[in-house]
Amino acid sequence: MIKEEVSKRWLAYQKEIADDHYYFARSCIRQNFFPAAEELFLNILKNELHKDIFDDPQQTTCTGIAYHSGIVPMETTMTVVARQFALMTEAGYENFVCSCVTSFGIYTEVLETWKHNPELEIKIRKLLKESTSKEFEIPKNLVHTSDIIFKFRKEISAKAKYKLINKETGKPLNIVEHIGCHYAKIFPDKGVGGAEYPYVLAGLIDEWGGSQIDYPERRHCCGFGFRQYLIKANRGYSIANTKRKFDSMKDYHPDLIITNCPGCNFFMDRWQYVISEMDGITYDDKGYGIPVLTYEELAGLMLGYNPWNIGLQVHQVDVVPLLDKMGYPYILEDKYKGINGEDMGKPEKTSLNCCC
Amino acid sequence: MENLYQKLTEDIRFVEGMNACINCGTCTAICPAAQFYDYDPRMVVDTVQHKNDKEIEYLLKSDTIWQCGECLSCKTRCPRNNVPGYIIQALRALSTELGYFAESEKGRQQLALKRTIGEHILKHGYCVYIDEVNTEMYPEQGPVWDWMQKNATPLLKRLGANYKQDGAGTLRNTSKESLDDLQRIFDITGATERFNKIEHYSKLKSEELGITFDEGLNNDYFKSIYNSKSDII
Repeated sequence: MIKEEVSKRWLAYQKEIADDHYYFARSCIRQNFFPAAEELFLNILKNELHKDIFDDPQQTTCTGIAYHSGIVPMETTMTVVARQFALMTEAGYENFVCSCVTSFGIYTEVLETWKHNPELEIKIRKLLKESTSKEFEIPKNLVHTSDIIFKFRKEISAKAKYKLINKETGKPLNIVEHIGCHYAKIFPDKGVGGAEYPYVLAGLIDEWGGSQIDYPERRHCCGFGFRQYLIKANRGYSIANTKRKFDSMKDYHPDLIITNCPGCNFFMDRWQYVISEMDGITYDDKGYGIPVLTYEELAGLMLGYNPWNIGLQVHQVDVVPLLDKMGYPYILEDKYKGINGEDMGKPEKTSLNCCC
Repeated sequence: MENLYQKLTEDIRFVEGMNACINCGTCTAICPAAQFYDYDPRMVVDTVQHKNDKEIEYLLKSDTIWQCGECLSCKTRCPRNNVPGYIIQALRALSTELGYFAESEKGRQQLALKRTIGEHILKHGYCVYIDEVNTEMYPEQGPVWDWMQKNATPLLKRLGANYKQDGAGTLRNTSKESLDDLQRIFDITGATERFNKIEHYSKLKSEELGITFDEGLNNDYFKSIYNSKSDII
């Protein structure tokens, strides 16, 4: 009864997600820390779902990380955002999809600010024209990349070779979903399901056969905090907040964590390594840690991609225990090889167990 | 003294974020920063709504305004549509404008942010770039990062990236045309001026503190603000 009620609440926030023809904007963090994720997203869109998505060589950062660190003025961020919209307009697109949750918050905030303060939009148009000679149209549809995977979750499911099922027990895998704060906490009506019951990742778990874990700190921030992570002296803030989440979820025995935010994905992966090194704590029963994947990495697994071609070896928490639970085929010897099978050595061992 | 409250009202984020606070403390209850630091967003909002410039000046020169993580969980929760996170953004901008940021330990960290992510934007087109991140500054990246950097060219090729190449793709070279656009935008919209102010006031503070100041990351002042903290938590 309670479950049904919650499901209804999840559906209370519906969001328009364009069906095709997207202008794609990259993430500062994802390109570096999970460098296969965005190419995988584009590959799924183009080759699995046969959608048109444009990867523009002229695009740049939205400046979101700098903005939330207080080192660039709002006018700067708004004008860089306007330039991105101008590039979209020049390329002949109307649907803007960004790969970063901080960016999604930034783009949404800029559009909302202009809606309520049209004089600011006029000012930014002037500043953009003066600095770059560019002009722009407002996107007809603005979404995050996880929205697109959510929209096509059933199509992906129809093509899936695997399910989120423990092959040995036949039971659904226990999965934690973590939503980046700026996806829906700033503007709840812009996220699938809103801020309280976001469904953008939970919908993937439901559709692909897993079981959602509801735990007390489900909606707590991952602890990025922009300047709180970026400055080494402040980094205790970041790990303390992520640890709060791990401590809260551990009794529910997660097999996997999925996130839709570049920073969250990084912190939930790397802080497990640091907590293990510092305190000897791991959050699974066997000392490996809980694997952390992005939504398109998970989609890639559903579709049967080679895990080592989609970058799963560059996570610090090993994904092999998850692959084994799923009965997923992989060649361990191939994990750390180069594109032509060349030997690249292996990462040094850590206090987390690793199949390497 | 400047009319500080008046200056705050010129920032759209302050206008959007500051309604009448009823001191319920909901923002503090859900704030990740309040769970880690001796930080209370309710107190910040209450201080500024009293319009007392002396108290606002004290805030602008304190560590307090730099402790927020800008997750904006407060925006979702406030029953009176205040946004402490937006008010913090306006306070930080004013603190930087007036050079007050250099008066607090956490405020002084702005120089490190400017010299890392700020300069990365103008150099690489993005806030972060693989070649600028090492495990000395970011040890939590772990051995997998060292391995990835060491094997960047063959590994990133396998992962479909376009590392250091022209054209589209992950970790490509951002074109000169795009970098020039960013530089002109920074010049015309105040980011360059803000960068210069951060450098200027940081240099003055380094002289006052007697700490060696130089360009880049390899100098005592940078290392001190990036690595050191007096609040042991």
